[in-house]
Amino acid sequence: MISLLSAGLGLKPEHYDDAVACAAEGLWFEVHPENYLVAGGPRLRWLEAVRGAHPVSLHGVSLSLAGDEPPDAAHLERLAALVRRIEPVLVSEHLAWSAFGGHHFPDLLPFPRSSAALRRIASNIDRTQAALGRRIAIENPSHYLPIDGHDWDEIDFLAELVQRTGCGLLLDVNNVHVSARNLGFDAAAWLDRFPGAAVMEIHLAGHSTDPALGNSLLIDSHDAPVAPEVWALYRRLVERIGARPTLIERDGNLPAFGELLTERDMAASELQRVADVAEAAA
Amino acid sequence: MSLGSFQADFAAALFAADAPTGLARHPAFAVYRNTVMKGCIDALEANFPSVARLVGSDWFRAAAALHVAAAPPRDGRMLIYGDGFADFLAGFEPARELAYLPDVARLDRCWTEAHTAADAPAVDAGWLAALAPDALGTTRLTPHPTARWHWFADAPIYSIWQRSRTGCGLDDALAWQGEGALLSRPDHAVVWCTVGPAACAFLDACAAAEPLGTAATAALAAQPDADLADLLARLLRAGALIPL
Repeated sequence: MISLLSAGLGLKPEHYDDAVACAAEGLWFEVHPENYLVAGGPRLRWLEAVRGAHPVSLHGVSLSLAGDEPPDAAHLERLAALVRRIEPVLVSEHLAWSAFGGHHFPDLLPFPRSSAALRRIASNIDRTQAALGRRIAIENPSHYLPIDGHDWDEIDFLAELVQRTGCGLLLDVNNVHVSARNLGFDAAAWLDRFPGAAVMEIHLAGHSTDPALGNSLLIDSHDAPVAPEVWALYRRLVERIGARPTLIERDGNLPAFGELLTERDMAASELQRVADVAEAAA
Repeated sequence: MSLGSFQADFAAALFAADAPTGLARHPAFAVYRNTVMKGCIDALEANFPSVARLVGSDWFRAAAALHVAAAPPRDGRMLIYGDGFADFLAGFEPARELAYLPDVARLDRCWTEAHTAADAPAVDAGWLAALAPDALGTTRLTPHPTARWHWFADAPIYSIWQRSRTGCGLDDALAWQGEGALLSRPDHAVVWCTVGPAACAFLDACAAAEPLGTAATAALAAQPDADLADLLARLLRAGALIPL
C-alpha cells in the first residue's frame, strides 16, 4: 500500500472539508494522534470522514521514546485503539523525549546519544511496535544546540535502531537543513550518508530565523512554505534513494488549502519524475 | 551523565526562574524554553476561550505562564490540559476582583469534557412516554457521558460564560443572581442551557444511581417551587440522560 502513496499534507482542522472533498491522485493526510485520543465526539468523526476518502498517517509527538522510562502504558493503549479504528497507512514518532517525572513538555527534546540511551530507546521502540502490532518510522528531530556526551553519530544511531528493532525511518529534510545550520555540518553530505532503504517517509516543512539570533539560528517553525534550499536537498535525496511518501507539514500562518495543495503537487511531481527515471532505467 | 539525570536537569531548566546553569546557558536553549512555554499557554488559551475573552489575551497569557510553570501538563494530549486552571485562578491574587472568573473557567473545562467524552444514545421524550406511568418513579436513568452541570449560587455564571464564549459582550441587563449551567453533547456539537438548583440536584441523584422518584424528591428539596415536568422535559431536550 505504501508504494501507492505519493505526496501528502499535514491536516489541520480548518481544512477538514477541503481534505474530504479533494480528489488529487495519490493524496494522503497526516495528523498528530494526540488530537484524536479521546473517548468520542466530533474529532473522531472528522478523522473517520477524512480516512473514508484518503489514506491517513498517524505522526505521534508525545510517546517520548528517547526518555529514560517505558512509553506510558495508558497512552500506548489509546494509540493502539486509534490505530485499529483508523487503520493508518503509516505510524511514526520522533527520536526525542517530551515527558519526564510525570510531566509532559510539548516539544521534541534532545539527549546525549550514549550506548545506554540506545538500549533504552530500542526497548521503547520494541514495546511500541508490539503494542501497535506494526512497524513504526522514527524521525530525526531538529537540533538547536551542541550537547556533550554523544557516543554515537546520529545517522549511525538511527541505523542501529533499525537494525535492533526492525523499525523504519522518517527523514525530515527541513530538520536536517535546520540542524546543519545550527550545529555547523554539511546537510547534503549528511543526507548522502543516510540509510535510504529504511526510509518509509520524508517530511518537508518551512522554517524561520530566530527573532533574537537571526540567521545563525534557524527554527523548525512549520509556518512558511518549504525553502528553496530544502527543495534542492529533497531532489538530491530522492534521486539517490528513489521515491518515498513525502509530506508537506504546515502548522502556522496557515494558507488556503489550495495553496498547500500546490506545494504538495511540487513534491508529487518530483516523485513522479524520479519514478519515471527509475522505470526507464529498468 | 545518564539519560535520566540529563533529562532531570533539562526539565528543571525549562521552567527555572533563576540564573541558568550548564546547557541552559547556551543562547539556543531559549528555543526549547520558548517552545514548551508557548505550547502550554496556547493550549490553555484554546481550552479556556471564555476566560481569555473576558480578561484579554495579554492578561490571560501572563496568568497562564504562571500556572504552566507551577503545573506543567501531566498528559501528552494538550487538548485536555488545564484541569487545575480554575482552582489556580481562584487563588490568583490579581484575579481577586473578578470573583466570577474561576467559575467561568469551570464551564470552559466542562465544554472540553463534553466535547471529548464518549458517545451514547440519549433517552428522548418518546422513550419516557413508552414507560408505564407507575414505573416512572422506580426507573433509573444516568447522566449522559458528556453531561456536565453546575449550580452557581452567587453569580450569573452561565450568562457570563455563554456570552463570552459566543462573543457577545456583557451588558448592564445582566441580573446579578445565582445561575446554573448544563452542558451536553447528545450528538455532534456541545449544547448548553441554564438550569436551576432543582435540575442540578436531580442530575446529582441520577449520577448516584438513585431512581427517578428519589431524584425528584431531591430536586424539590433543593428548590421547593420547581416544576418537575418542565425540568424533565428540559433534561431530555438536552440529551442529558441515558438508561442506566
